[in-house]
Order: sequence, then structure tokens, then C-alpha cells
Amino acid sequence: MTSSLFQYLPRLLAQSRGPALIPIEASNIAPRTDLLFAAMLLICGGVTLAIAILIIFFSVRYRAGSAARRDRSPSTGYRLEIIWTLAPLGLFLLIFMWAAGIFFQLHRRPAAAPLEINVMAKQWMWKFQHPGGQREIDELHLPVGRVVRLTMTSQDVIHSFFVPAFRVKQDVLPDRFTTMTFAPTRPGMYYLFCAEYCGTDHSRMRGVVYVQQPREYELWLAARGAELDVALAGAAAFRRLGCSACHFADSGLQAPSLVGLWGRAVKLHDGAVVQADAQYLRDSILLPNKHRVAGYDPIMPSFQGVVTDDELFALVEYIKSLAAPAPAQGLQP
Amino acid sequence: MSPPRPELNYLNNGRSLWSWLTTTDHKRIALLYLFSITFFFALGGLFAAGIRLELFTPEADLFTSDTYNRLFTMHGIIMVWFFLIPSIPTVFGNFLIPMMIGARDLAFPRLNLASWYVFMLGGLFTVIVMFIGGVDTGWTFYTPYSSTYSNSYVILAAAGVFVVGFSSIFTGLNFIVSVHTLRAPGMHWFRLPLFVWSNYATSIIMVLATPVLAIVLVLIALERAFGMPIFNPYKGGDPLLFQHLFWFYSHPAVYIMILPGMGVVSELVACFAHRRIYGYVFVAWASLGIALLGFFVWGHHMFVSGQSMYAGFVFSFLSFMVAVPSAIKVFNWTATLHRGSITFHAPMLYALGFIGLFTVGGMTGLMLAAIAIDVHVHDTYFIIAHFHYIMVGGMVMAYMGALHFWWPKMSGRLYPEWPAILAALIIFIGFNLTFFPQFILGYNGMPRRYHVYPEEFQLLNVMSTAGASILGVGYVLPLFYLIWSFFKGKPAGPNPWDARGLEWEFADSPPIPNNFPATPLVTFAAYAYDRPDIRLLTGEQGQRFAIDAGPCAGETL
Repeated sequence: MTSSLFQYLPRLLAQSRGPALIPIEASNIAPRTDLLFAAMLLICGGVTLAIAILIIFFSVRYRAGSAARRDRSPSTGYRLEIIWTLAPLGLFLLIFMWAAGIFFQLHRRPAAAPLEINVMAKQWMWKFQHPGGQREIDELHLPVGRVVRLTMTSQDVIHSFFVPAFRVKQDVLPDRFTTMTFAPTRPGMYYLFCAEYCGTDHSRMRGVVYVQQPREYELWLAARGAELDVALAGAAAFRRLGCSACHFADSGLQAPSLVGLWGRAVKLHDGAVVQADAQYLRDSILLPNKHRVAGYDPIMPSFQGVVTDDELFALVEYIKSLAAPAPAQGLQP
Repeated sequence: MSPPRPELNYLNNGRSLWSWLTTTDHKRIALLYLFSITFFFALGGLFAAGIRLELFTPEADLFTSDTYNRLFTMHGIIMVWFFLIPSIPTVFGNFLIPMMIGARDLAFPRLNLASWYVFMLGGLFTVIVMFIGGVDTGWTFYTPYSSTYSNSYVILAAAGVFVVGFSSIFTGLNFIVSVHTLRAPGMHWFRLPLFVWSNYATSIIMVLATPVLAIVLVLIALERAFGMPIFNPYKGGDPLLFQHLFWFYSHPAVYIMILPGMGVVSELVACFAHRRIYGYVFVAWASLGIALLGFFVWGHHMFVSGQSMYAGFVFSFLSFMVAVPSAIKVFNWTATLHRGSITFHAPMLYALGFIGLFTVGGMTGLMLAAIAIDVHVHDTYFIIAHFHYIMVGGMVMAYMGALHFWWPKMSGRLYPEWPAILAALIIFIGFNLTFFPQFILGYNGMPRRYHVYPEEFQLLNVMSTAGASILGVGYVLPLFYLIWSFFKGKPAGPNPWDARGLEWEFADSPPIPNNFPATPLVTFAAYAYDRPDIRLLTGEQGQRFAIDAGPCAGETL
């Protein structure tokens, strides 16, 4: 221990770049989270300080033997009790609504078509795939100013995708798609951490997110060489697995059409309505009876064990690409 | 006054080890628990020391990753289930509740002893796990890691926690029945000390929530041992189901840990401000409010887990609501100081420390309830700092305050005041130096359960480790002077603090085996510091009774 101390102390003292009270903000979410945090710091810090000052003031003024007056000291004041019950309640409601609004932003469907990145987590690495098929491990290149949607799953235990500079975090679960939407706003290199404990090398399950100018990002993609577009790979899987036999209008078989399905509300046979998102598509492929579409017989077989994780990602991208008229791409307002 | 130390008291009523191991005296069982949880606190503290030493540098230099993962898991399991949850209820609840309600013992003395044996059995499992190789799932046992992937002694560790849960249930049951049935004549519900109220609320949670923990641990064992598909998604299970069940227990468990501490602080503030607690009824109902609302906020541990966004909104809202009764308590304690006559003995320093640190913990809890902030700081050191402010800054402070406050009653002797004040100050400074930097670490993004970390987090980690060593000194000091005072301290007499309450006014120090020479007749509410018309009368056989010299003004409750 002592040797470590002497080894590290000089470096420690020389360290100029330490943690800041408010770290770098590099996404559209970050300034909003920080503003709320700063406001709460001010309010909560103020109240804490007020309580501390009161305690110290009372402690000094009413110390045993002091000359302060102690007559007329009621042991309950209903008006005071009601005030200090209702005042925090009102304040809490305001803060709740503010915070919930930001959270809603994280989960809202983006106005424009986002850059779709598929994320596969496993003990102890992050694998990414860009729409053009380019893959990377523990590194993620993103263009600045473009809305990004991550569709994530894990091959083993629960992990969590956490980029502190973006102020975003989402657990990544096995056999399930979780998604997250944000827009990087500042070029640079940022830490990616696994935030959910996942075993031996949890603390080494880290990566780097490179946020680049759009032109640099395009160059980077090009330098990676042409790979099979994820949606095209999905189309191939769609044929290979025989999905096309039922799921096209001219197939003659009773199965819902997939054109324009993505993002639409789907009415189920029990009257419930679900949104056709990544998790819905995944469930429909693996557990077809979980969400039975109204008006169709439960005749689809499960593709559990038949379709690979990569194919699942690709099929989802393919079905997304079948969405009727593609909206213009751009940063969400 | 009667002699300061009765010839026959609960301590010398049987001197053999056997007489202690077979005792059904709630006071002796409290001491058995005191020894046991002190041992586990030291053990959990050693693990914490290991963690802090490793985090002194960003690289892995003392332990391998697997060892480190076992260190923080054992630290969590031991501190949560073998120290924090049993601490105040089993030591001070056991010792004081019968005396505070004017009873000779708890309703089920043998069940009380059984709870200690069950506790020790659970502890034995945990110690065995520690020696044969440990467990590495984190104290939260998240699936599918714990049920499928971990290569450690998950089932045995879960069995230890499963067993110790029954000890909690026994204790909770005993307290509930005792408070309902054994109150002395005249001891109405709203004459009870707030310590009893808060332990009563705690007991309700223990009895209602602990079975869910037992169930979820059994499910893990079934999946791990027999491959039953419960949480494993590849066999149709749901890993999130575990988190719902686990937090359905473990969030209320947070209130099992903090409510008794709040009860202690109510007693200490009233005694050392020498004044009736402000807003007694509100503080009492706030305890029950916390117990009730605490059952509906578990989802705030799961904002980023993949649960529905709307569930997140509901749990965020309810989490803000549960903060209201806690705020009410803090305001009432502060108001109690107003126009009091305050003395600053060590227990009062702990109580004031509790109010300050609990407020910081509570305020940062509000930040975590604000869902957008939680998304960023969830599973970072911000969380670690937050719950240590509640658990160590709150609960352990209250525990230390209780230990000093009732030490004269338990041992019959006074502890030395100056070393105690010194220890309290060291603990306060060491605590803040340990955990405040972790808030900044967390907001900067350092994830929890990290064995190695990026270099720029080192400075704050070094501060934290330095603070932890100061904190360690603060916790070791009382061990020495308390043991010394047990044998050599000045005799305390029945009521060294001039406190109110049956345990001070009607029992000797240390109390006789049956607590009171006769059943007390209660004619006044707790905290009668403002009632000089209440006098104690010493009877012919040394019995003491309260007589009420005046009309019952101010007793409209």
C-alpha cells in the first residue's frame, strides 16, 4: 500500500484534468438533465442549508443555561404542520413533471428517421453494427447532429449502455430489445461504460464513442469498405426463412402485410393495441402467439432457435425499410 | 433515590454461558444481538476496507477482479442483512420496547430467543460462504447472472439471507403483538414514545415484505439447482421479474433500516432539548405513512431496466410522495430545538449528525426520484453516496447515538464523555470525507462495482479512501471506551440524562430481571418534560409510581 502511495502521489498532484461538478455535455439530452440537476442542487442545497443554519442557530440560542426566552413554546402547531406538508408536496409535483418531461424525450419516437445502430452486448464487450453493415467492437462512431436510435440486446446477462457525456443509460437485456434515442451534439471521444454489474470483467467492459463531423463519419464508413447493408441482409434472411411465403399480399395465405407496419399501432385479437416497435417485431418472430393480430389465425410457427441474433436485427431493419414513404432525415427539433 | 445499582439485576441474574444462551429475558437477548451484530459490523467493515484500499489506484493492484467482486458482494450482504436490518430493532427494540410500554418482557420471549438462533444460523451460512470462496453476484442477486452465469456459492449465500429473514419476521411479529397487548395500564397509543411507533411501523414492513424476499431467493435456488425456467429468458423466463420481486422487498427494507433510526432520533432530540417533541402526532403518523408508501415505490430502482416508460412515471411520482413524511419528521425535529434547553452530550451530537446527513441523503434521493437525473446517475457512485448517507450517515449515526444514550441503562455505568464526543466528531468528519466525493464521482459517470476505473476518477477516490480510514478510527474508538466503562465506568444511577420515559423513571440501571418492581400506571404522555407536576413516589419496598398532582391539561390526545 505504501509503495502505491509514493508511486501515485506525485502523479495525483500533477493531474490537471480532474472531474468537474458538471461534466462535458455532448448530447441533446445532456443540457436538459444538467439544468434540472442544477435547479435541484440549488433548491435542495438551499433547503438543506436552511435546516443546518436553523439547527445551529437554535443550538446556540437555546443551549442549556442561555438567557433566551422559553415561555410560550407550543408542542404542536397545526398551521405550521400543514404548511410544511403541503409546501414540499407542491414543490415535488413541479419537479416530478419537469423530470418526467425529459424522460419522455428519451423514449419519444423521433420526428425524422434516425440513424439506426444495432448493439449486441456480451460478457465483456460491446458489438455495434451500422445501417450499412459496418461492424465495430468496443468503439462506436457517430455523426454529430444526427438523431441516433440504438436497438440493443444481450447474449448473456444484463448489461447497461452508459455514456456519461450523453447523460443516457439503458439496460441491455438478454432475449429482448431495448431502445434509446439521442442526438450527439459535440464532436469528441467519450467513455462508454457498462453500468450493470455483469461478472468478472464488468469494470473492463468499456468502450469509446467517437462523435465525428458528418463528413468524417461518411469517410470512416467508406474506409471500412462496402459491407452488406443490414436491411438487405434482412431481406435475404426474410427469403431464407420463408417469411415471404405468407407475409406478402399476393402470397394467398392469411398473414398480415408488413409494408408500412413499422411504428404503426397494431390492433390485437383481444382488443389491445400495441405499437410495432423492435421488441414487438422480435416477439412476433420468436413468440408469435404473444401478440395475435386481430383478424388472423394463430398459425405462425415460432422461429426460436432457427433465427440467429444477427438475423433478428437484420429482419427488424428490413421491416423498418418497408415503411411507406420514407421521411426526410435530419435532426429532431 | 434507590441505590444506583440493584444487587440483583438482569446482568448478574445467572452468570454461566448456559444461562445466557438459554435466556428468555429480552434485555439479555438484546445483548446477545449486540455482540453478534458488532461482529458482523466489523466483518462488513473489513470488506469495505478492502474495497477502499483497492480503489486507491485506478489499476488492479491488491485483488483480482473476481476477488473484488466478492468483496463488495460480501460487504453488501453482511451490512444489509446482518447489521443494518437487525441493528436497532434487535438490540434497542428488544431492550427498550418492553420497558417503554411498561411490560416485563415481549409477548413471546422464547420466539425472541429463537429469532437470535435463527439469525446466528443465517450468519453461519454467510461465514461459511466467506471461507469456502464467497459469492460474486452483488447483494442484489440480479438474474440471470446469479441464477445461471455466476461461478460462486449463490445458493448457500441465498440460503443465509433466506434464513435470516425468518429472524426478522419473528422479531417483527413479537413487537407488533407486544405493542398491541402488553402496554401498561394508561399507556394509550398516543402516549407511546416515538421509538415504539417507529419500531411498530418497521415491524409491519418486516412481517409483510420479508416473505417476498424468501420467495424470490427460493426461486433463484430452484433455477440454479434444477434449471427450472423462471428468470432465464432463453427458456421463457423473465429476468426483470426478479427485479420486481427483489425490490418489492428491498425497497421497503430501506425503511426497515431507517425508521428505527428516526425513532431513536426522536428520543434523543426530545431528551437533550429537554422538551416535548414538536408535532408528536405528525411524527407518529409519518412513520406509518412511510411504511405504507414504501411498498409502492420499488420501481424507482428500475427506471432504466427496460420497464415501461409509464411505469417509470408512476414510480417517480410515488417516490416524491414518500419523501413527504420524511420531510415532516426533519421539520419537526428542528422545531423541537426551538425554545428548548439544549445540552450537547455525545448522543445528541449523533442525533444532530443524523438530521444533517439524513437530510443530504433524502435530498439526493429526491434527485434520484426525478427520473431524468436517475437515468444519468443510476448505477453510478452517486447512488452509492446517496444510500450511504441514508444508511451510514443516518442509520449508523442513530445506532451509535442509541448505544451511547442507553449505555448507562444497559450497563449501569457512564461512558467517558470526552472520548465519546471525540469519536462522534471523527465519525462525522470521516463519513463526509468518504462519501461526499462519491456524489461528484457519480455525476461524472463512474459506475459502481468497478474494480478498475479511468485515471481521472482517482483524486476523488483517494479522498474517499482517506475518509474511510478516518471513519474506521471513529468506529474503533467506542469499542475501547465502552468496554472499559462496562467494568470501570462511574455508576450511572437510574436516570443520568434527566430523561422522561418508563425505562428511565421506573427502572434501575441496569434494570432488574423483570424490569419494574411493579406494573407502572401511566398517567401522562411521553416526553413530559413540560410537566413538572409529575412526581415520582418511592414506596416502602422501593417501588416507584407516578402520581399526577395536577389536572390532565395538554392531554387531549
